[in-house]
Amino acid sequence: MSNRYIPHTPEDISRMLERIGVDSVDALYADVPQEVIFKGEYALPEGLSEIELRRWFADLASKNRPLTVFGGQGAYDHYAPSVIPHLLARSEFYTAYTPYQPEISQGTLQYIFEYQSMISELTGLEATNASMYDGATATAEVAFMMVASARKRNCVLVSETLSPRVADVVRTYMKFHGVELRMVPERDGVTDLEALAEMVKAGDVAGVILPQPNRYGVIEDFTGVAEMVHAQKALLALNCDPSALAVLRSPAEWGADIACGDGQTLGMPLQFGGPYLGYISCSKTQLRKMPGRVVGATTDAKGNRCYVLTLQAREQHIRREKATSNICSNQSLMALYATIYMALMGTEGLREVNRLSADGAHYLCRRLVETGKFRPAFDRPFLKEFTLRTDLDIEALNKRLADKGIMGGVSLGDGLVTFAVTEKRTKEEIDRLVNLIAED
Amino acid sequence: MAKVMDDRRYAESHEWVKIDGDIATIGISDYAQHALGDIVYVDMPEVGDEMTAGDVFGAVESVKAASDLICPVSGEVVAVNDELEDAPEKVNADAFENWIIKVKVSDPAEVDALLDAAAYTELCENE
Amino acid sequence: MKKYDKLIFELSRPGRTGYQLPADNYGVDALSEIPADLLRKNAPELPEVNEMDVVRHYTNLSNKNFGVDTGFYPLGSCTMKYNPKINEEIAAMPEFASLHPLQPAETAQGALELYYNLQQALASISGLAEFTLNPYAGAHGELTGLMVMRQYHISRGDTKRTKVIVPDTAHGTNPASAMVAGLEVVEVKSKPNGSIDVEDLRPLLDDSVAGIMMTNPNTVGMFETEILEIADLVHKAGGLLYYDGANLNPLLGKVRPGDMGFDIMHINLHKTFSTPHGGGGPGAGPVGVAAHLVDLLPNPRVRKGDDGRFHVDTDDRSLGNVSTFFGNFGVLMKAYAYILSLGRDNIRNVGPMATLNANYIKESLKDLYKLPIEGVCKHEFVFDGLADKSTGVTTLNVAKRLLDFGFHAPTIYFPLLFHESMMIEPTETESLETLDEFIDVMRRVAREAAEDPDMVKAAPVTTEISHPDETGAAKNPVLSYRQLKANAK
Repeated sequence: MSNRYIPHTPEDISRMLERIGVDSVDALYADVPQEVIFKGEYALPEGLSEIELRRWFADLASKNRPLTVFGGQGAYDHYAPSVIPHLLARSEFYTAYTPYQPEISQGTLQYIFEYQSMISELTGLEATNASMYDGATATAEVAFMMVASARKRNCVLVSETLSPRVADVVRTYMKFHGVELRMVPERDGVTDLEALAEMVKAGDVAGVILPQPNRYGVIEDFTGVAEMVHAQKALLALNCDPSALAVLRSPAEWGADIACGDGQTLGMPLQFGGPYLGYISCSKTQLRKMPGRVVGATTDAKGNRCYVLTLQAREQHIRREKATSNICSNQSLMALYATIYMALMGTEGLREVNRLSADGAHYLCRRLVETGKFRPAFDRPFLKEFTLRTDLDIEALNKRLADKGIMGGVSLGDGLVTFAVTEKRTKEEIDRLVNLIAED
Repeated sequence: MAKVMDDRRYAESHEWVKIDGDIATIGISDYAQHALGDIVYVDMPEVGDEMTAGDVFGAVESVKAASDLICPVSGEVVAVNDELEDAPEKVNADAFENWIIKVKVSDPAEVDALLDAAAYTELCENE
Repeated sequence: MKKYDKLIFELSRPGRTGYQLPADNYGVDALSEIPADLLRKNAPELPEVNEMDVVRHYTNLSNKNFGVDTGFYPLGSCTMKYNPKINEEIAAMPEFASLHPLQPAETAQGALELYYNLQQALASISGLAEFTLNPYAGAHGELTGLMVMRQYHISRGDTKRTKVIVPDTAHGTNPASAMVAGLEVVEVKSKPNGSIDVEDLRPLLDDSVAGIMMTNPNTVGMFETEILEIADLVHKAGGLLYYDGANLNPLLGKVRPGDMGFDIMHINLHKTFSTPHGGGGPGAGPVGVAAHLVDLLPNPRVRKGDDGRFHVDTDDRSLGNVSTFFGNFGVLMKAYAYILSLGRDNIRNVGPMATLNANYIKESLKDLYKLPIEGVCKHEFVFDGLADKSTGVTTLNVAKRLLDFGFHAPTIYFPLLFHESMMIEPTETESLETLDEFIDVMRRVAREAAEDPDMVKAAPVTTEISHPDETGAAKNPVLSYRQLKANAK
């Protein structure tokens, strides 16, 4: 019976059964109808020792080929400072439950407070929640938040320049929830603001969601947009790369009411797509409609500063079907990840990450165009990600690049391909990529 | 024992209604504020909103509970008590003095259908 | 030891730094090419700290936390089992951690094989046909599962099925998930013993019902013995059965949800399959379905080709996407490692030993704590406060007093069935010695409640903080360092 994770010895079991007053462990299941007791064999291998487990995963690992990454589209190969995994490995953090008992959870509560503070610094908006699952689900929840805020309006406008991976999730959520999604067309790589100006006047628009940078890596110009949206009593949300907000005009500076997006760019490992985190920030007036956990500062009986989960009356465990969201967790440990990352980098470090990444991206862009096989898709400003037009078969090219240990650009279809460069890439790696493509 | 006032009517969902001409002043009962505990937030509608009797017009929140506010009468919201925005605890201090909204009543018969003080007292005793 | 009370912002000194980057040798100045209007005017005020400042600060914060590695969590419905260390190492293997989710499938065969194998393993464990591993958490799994339920009816042209039946004892996420999925919640009453009242259920089953959401064992830890009849009734009425996997642990090795007639379920990998709770996440909430619902699962799907290679697929009949990529892949790795460690034999002991532990605690305390539902429980049970309530000591007081003895509190004031609910769930990873220690402390607290109730009511006294002002926090929310600073002025 004994296994390294189950401590019961035969003596323990008989002592316990005696206390309970039954004569076998099976008797504890006497109330279960016989026909549902599982008598078959699980389709699993025999239990593995640690040594065998390592071997098993080493074998699986050998079937993966880590590549030098030049792809982005929602997952970027930023550098993860070694301090972070070391601190995250403190089991007082990762084996803790949700901080419902503030007396023994001040560590978790305080880092969430710091996380909220730092994200609010980046977005410029007063209130940030404790984090959501990912950028896409956070954006979908923002759509609900807008509808809840507007009461009787039931339509949300989303730009076609928003990443389709995000838009797909928003579409799924809204379809089932019964909120109408209208896509604002794009023009020449950015949101068509003239079309938006018309669409927002429909009378049933609760809010507008626009990306920054957008799916092509383009930095959009939202001059006048907040005024246009607010004039129709609708809300404006910007889906932003939080890392880029160290240099880009902040959602608050654009006049947005809400900001959301994915925190993966804050140094998180690619990890085949997760865990990352989603963030939501909003102005104080939208605070009560914001989903998810929130940590607030307060004092204890002795007057000491401390932190607690607050505004819980908005949440599902109290509101049940009247809550605006069903979320019952946050990506807490990833919020700690982001917090330590932002603390290490500081404002200047985050700027430098953007500068180095953008310089590399602009260099790669120029070099690729020089091969004659690509031309810029748009004449628009960009940071670490950009889009080119090509007649090459991207998928075939990427297969050949993979054989050389490189992940090339991500195809967007219609001859468009996006590349991303982070501070981890070197000039030599970029030159090698360009040379391989030029010779291809 | 919670206080019940004779000069007004009550809904089973613990709102009170006081009529002055065609204006209904609406709040929550002393019993309701007791049950909720320290009130930390009162969510209110906007002036001009149209209500049908039975509509949710807002909510009162304490730290670990929330209760929807249900409009006992139909009509247009003509005033909301802005003071509660910054001082929701006033409802705890005196739930009858600190009203939440005023509604211009479109169907006075709805008011007659509400509980009187005696019936409401009995309701509270049985809960 | 001096109490540590700094925020990272308070360690900040202008010009101090915790990073260094390689030299920029591109000969490009990209930022200068961006129009000034698109750039930030007010710099964010992130802390400026040295690397060691960061390390000491967060190490100090970790010391203010309680985790499974610190001590026992008798936390009902949360399944706080041991988190194996080897799983953390495995998830961090660079061959997985550095994989881009969009890199060619050919170069991610190990990751895709793992994803596929875990789907298969969960299907076998739960008796369902197929799983998606994309949902990020239990509540996200519920939402996804309910979307499957709706999509099923809609795809058959049966658009009037918009109601879902939820027991009145259900966890708050059940009705909230239904609301998000656009379903109307109809409550079914529980009998005094917490089980679904079949007679109350029967009249609710009309052609507007999409399905029912249940846990089994239910929220009070009792097996729903009429499950086969319930399944039959719901299916005959054209509805589907949703299994909330929150209480799956006691069934591991004994009963499979699919065999009880459930069509859709989610599993909380952070409960039943040992992945860490992480202070609130990330978890994972895979969703499994019966054969007739497989095509409706969310995209992307991972499939195995005839050639034995794995590929990423999308389905036209799918309800859509619920995640950016493949869910919390790192968490999936840990759960798979745990399943492999147990293997087909040891997995059979998980449920029975968890159930044994729960019954042992229950029988050892029921003279001092009020046991409203008699009989053999499964992985958890509920006390309705102290047996002797004459001194006014509440469930909250008992819970807080436990913190002074180095135990986490049980789940309290849930389920709503009883006024003083105290829900206790030990898992199979706790030893008899730990249970005995917990029982001793619970008995001592009951004694204290009789002899010195004021002392119990003042608890906790040994913790980092005590009796935080939660009312003040909710009334005047202070959610950032910037607000904290502004208020101090």
